[in-house]
Amino acid sequence: MSGYTAHFKVWRGDVSGGGLEDFEVEVNEGEVVLDIIHRLQATQAPDLAVRWNCKAGKCGSCSAEINGRPRLMCMTRMSVFGREETITVTPLRAFPVVRDLVTDVGFNYEKAREVPAFVPPAGLAPGEYRMMQEDVDRPQEFRKCIECFLCQDTCHVVRDHEENKQAFAGPRFLMRIAELDMHPLDAAAETGLDRKTTAQDEHGLGYCNITKCCTEVCPEGIKITDNALIPLKERAIDRKYDPLVWLGSKIRRRSSAG
Amino acid sequence: MATGTEPPATEPHPRSGGVRAGTRAAIAAPHLRTDRWWLAPAGTAAGLLAFIVYSTWRAFANADYYAAPYVSPFYSPCLAENCEPMKAGPNWEIFGGWWGISPAIIILIFPLGFRLTCYYYRKAYYRGFWASPPACAVAEPHKKYTGETRFPLILQNIHRYFFYAALLVAGILTYDTVLAFRDENYEWGHMGLGTLVFLVNIVLIWAYTLSCHSCRHIVGGKLKHFSRHPVRYRMWQWVGKLNARHMLLAWASLVSVALADFYVYLVASGAFDDPRFF
Amino acid sequence: MSVVDRQEWDVVVVGAGGAGLRAAIEARERGARTAVICKSLFGKAHTVMAEGGIAAAMANANENDNWRVHFRDTMRGGKFLNQWRMAELHAQEAPQRVWELETWGALFDRTKDGRISQRNFGGHEYPRLAHVGDRTGLELIRTLQQKIVALQQEDFRETGDYESRLKVFQECTVTRVLKEGDRVSGVFGYERESGRFFVLEAPAVVIATGGIGKSFKVTSNSWEYTGDGHALALLAGAPLLNMEFVQFHPTGMVWPPSVKGILVTESVRGDGGVLRNSEGKRFMFDYIPDVFKDKYAETEDEADRWYDDPDHNRRPPELLPRDEVARAINAEVKEGRGSPHGGVFLDVSTRMPAEVIKRRLPSMYHQFKELADVDITAEAMEVGPTCHYVMGGIAVASDTAAARGVPGLYAAGEVAGGMHGSNRLGGNSLSDLLVFGRRAGWHAAEYAAGLSGGRPVVDEVQIDSAAAEALRPFSAEAEIEEPAGGPPENPYTLHQELQQTMNDLVGIIRRETEMKQALEKLAELRGRARRAGVEGHRQFNPGWHLALDLRNMLLVSECVARAALERTESRGGHTREDHPGMDRKWRRINLLCALTDPTGGLAATDPVRGQITLTRETTEPVRADLLALFDKEELVKYLAEEELYE
Repeated sequence: MSGYTAHFKVWRGDVSGGGLEDFEVEVNEGEVVLDIIHRLQATQAPDLAVRWNCKAGKCGSCSAEINGRPRLMCMTRMSVFGREETITVTPLRAFPVVRDLVTDVGFNYEKAREVPAFVPPAGLAPGEYRMMQEDVDRPQEFRKCIECFLCQDTCHVVRDHEENKQAFAGPRFLMRIAELDMHPLDAAAETGLDRKTTAQDEHGLGYCNITKCCTEVCPEGIKITDNALIPLKERAIDRKYDPLVWLGSKIRRRSSAG
Repeated sequence: MATGTEPPATEPHPRSGGVRAGTRAAIAAPHLRTDRWWLAPAGTAAGLLAFIVYSTWRAFANADYYAAPYVSPFYSPCLAENCEPMKAGPNWEIFGGWWGISPAIIILIFPLGFRLTCYYYRKAYYRGFWASPPACAVAEPHKKYTGETRFPLILQNIHRYFFYAALLVAGILTYDTVLAFRDENYEWGHMGLGTLVFLVNIVLIWAYTLSCHSCRHIVGGKLKHFSRHPVRYRMWQWVGKLNARHMLLAWASLVSVALADFYVYLVASGAFDDPRFF
Repeated sequence: MSVVDRQEWDVVVVGAGGAGLRAAIEARERGARTAVICKSLFGKAHTVMAEGGIAAAMANANENDNWRVHFRDTMRGGKFLNQWRMAELHAQEAPQRVWELETWGALFDRTKDGRISQRNFGGHEYPRLAHVGDRTGLELIRTLQQKIVALQQEDFRETGDYESRLKVFQECTVTRVLKEGDRVSGVFGYERESGRFFVLEAPAVVIATGGIGKSFKVTSNSWEYTGDGHALALLAGAPLLNMEFVQFHPTGMVWPPSVKGILVTESVRGDGGVLRNSEGKRFMFDYIPDVFKDKYAETEDEADRWYDDPDHNRRPPELLPRDEVARAINAEVKEGRGSPHGGVFLDVSTRMPAEVIKRRLPSMYHQFKELADVDITAEAMEVGPTCHYVMGGIAVASDTAAARGVPGLYAAGEVAGGMHGSNRLGGNSLSDLLVFGRRAGWHAAEYAAGLSGGRPVVDEVQIDSAAAEALRPFSAEAEIEEPAGGPPENPYTLHQELQQTMNDLVGIIRRETEMKQALEKLAELRGRARRAGVEGHRQFNPGWHLALDLRNMLLVSECVARAALERTESRGGHTREDHPGMDRKWRRINLLCALTDPTGGLAATDPVRGQITLTRETTEPVRADLLALFDKEELVKYLAEEELYE
């Protein structure tokens, strides 16, 4: 199989403005979009800014939007496009642009800080932790997350409404809360921190309208909506909107006090 | 010192909100998708709309919903005095004679509420009817968005109560299906095409009801340690398998319930004779 | 001259991979105000690529395991060239470091009784690798990242500022370690995003920048692996140790070309995958070297029985240390028994049911499916050697991780040398990061706290010359008309030529003539690199970043080539075609690389002599009680006569 010339449109510019620039560029067998961006750098646009690291879909750095869809450039094979097709590559459109394909993803790091960390159980020394595989399966799925922030980018709650960034942690960090709440040894509850309630009250779980775009874009195939967000919503309901559970917990508390 | 290495002074360009907000990459188009992204929401909207039209007609029709031994799932249980008499059937006159309009309205609230607050249908109509968002990475037309944080959408959180009600309704529809093993003279041990339709419908109704996210939570999802509750863990895994097909089951059961009703309508209105197998 | 942003910290950690983050956590927990600088975003470091696991003798899977066995395996793997005290500390402390991760929220795969599950790996006598599927590195980096966030949350509660005691400077590159006299006084660097320069004043600097793989064409390493830390240390006056030892991982992808080199985890073999040549033969049985003869199976039957009954059978030869397997694959391909794309076949499809493969090797399944359109549950993978790891590195004191000759400079992780000798065992890298990352952070914090007579002062002249050096690529273009210089060079072209040179001439099999040729080519590239020019401005300009990284890659490549030329034997990650045997006399010899120009400048250099001077050093004898862990017969194969009777 031989190479061919593809037509690319790549967004170039910075916060003051910019636009799509046209490129004709060689494509060889087996290549991915990131290879083509690299070829542009080496041959036509040496200062074309792009983030990337592992080029194997493991680090989550090369997130961009290809033909309008949030994707990892290193995991998007050129063979999925027709040879005549124009391929448009833009930076993530939910975050402030820095330059060319590079965006300021600081929002995500701020949100990460707002989620209270794992609370180690009192009285268990390192080496004494015992957890069953069936109990760690659920949080392990969420820990596959490579923090590419494609879910954060595609989520319309913040993508289409800048003002919601304040109140909404985004799918990645709501999933982090779910992960900690499902961690078999997390002792947050013992310290008075109820992750179920705070997910709703402080991290904006209610903004999620489960339209599943986060799940659709996840390059790791994590079932974010079905396995993290909806279960978290159900857990929040246990605390906040379920009178039966609420009554049950009141009675239990009273009887254990008495 | 080299000149011209400093980046140009930058001012965010003034633009509108969302993906066109001032600090984001300057791209005018609300989306750059090249695939037929509108197909899925359009299809969803059309399908749901068709069901709404059909079910509204049937629910208010107050006619042709019983043809012994079959009762339309839209009218079961039938709880008012104005119901057609059904032998051993699910007509219990809890509501007295004051109820004047179609008895379907009384009971339909429950399956309707169950489906309206269902996590799958929410996705479907938020996307299909509300365009919030129309499709992934396609800008939504709304200026403001508060999701399910306030009234009325905060009421979506009562889904699990509708789930409990849906269990009861599914139980009654199961009972109806058992009754469908009679003939038109209420003799047991018979079966017709309608029985088959009811069987398929009730299997799908149960599969959809049990594949519910709230159900998954209640049977085991809420637990922190599966290892301490092996039976509930088993159930959670089983419901989880069904749950992965929740969308499929939601559509299949929606179609089957409408078909079951339509079958009863055909037989009751005399347009069609129920073929009996034995 | 240049106005640069300045801040004061107690400890500056350069690099935010496993070692850097572990060092930062330790330094902060010991009270030092700590800054971490990384080239990428926080949490993207190359550590995420580690797949197999963390080697630690916790004895969860086989109760016969203990640190002595781990130490023995490590020394054998490194062909006894290891800095033995490091290997000892590593084997002793690794279990604690792994358990500690659990208290920070890590979730490893579990055994039936709820402990951390451990898997088999090449060169390890017992199943020893704590793992999470085949994404252990991600778990490690995420856990450390989240621990840092936890510490920042603690600081926020106390001071109202998340970054008051521990701050991560993301997407920043350090180009110089600054000194006052002998001692470290801080670092100079630039922000990638804006191109602005900054200085962090600090008495202690921990270098944890990882490896050098980007100097080679076929590599499993990411763009960050440009040998920055190695070069920073050299330029600061600290020597590098045994740089000739570069590990070629036996199994990298070979097709399609754009992914050539991407790693195929060793767990594929640990979990039952076998290597076959184009004739369908499991060729590894033909490549068991004498020193390992009695440890590895001789028949396929015995090898297959080992997976279920490791106590009564010997291990399959696919699990020999990486250097042996890489050489064997190389030989098979050379003799015409390779796969269509120039590798050999690695097969799990006929060894395990499809669901088991998908469960145990999910990211491998994913990687081949997505990148090569190969379903590994149905067909064999094609694999070949790929540059993976450098065993050589900054020469450090075993206990404190302090670099030699430069007070205040520490190094940990891949950038530090010595621990792995001539060849690293799989799984020993992640444990190395944790054990020596912690030690580096600990001693750096202690050093910073214990300074008497005030903190070292940053020298303005050094800042100015560092700024001038960093801006050079922009002026190269302005000098376009100058006759002496020649035309400006494209940094991307230079980089490609460098990679090709190292790959072809100082690669997996080395010859004297080729290495001499490589040194000449490196001299030429050095000259041209001085004219590397860039377009555009300083804001996130990858061309500029690469032009600056070239200095580091060229320095490090020269170290590798010179040391490889000097060592006239084959051992571990250094194979000489003209000196094929391991020579016991060389076991005690360390090769140290230092900058020829002691001022640390990179002014006009003699292309023949180059910038690097080599010295030989005889190592300290292995402590008697550690030697006693081995049989006499085994030691005879490695140690020189006089060592045996000392």
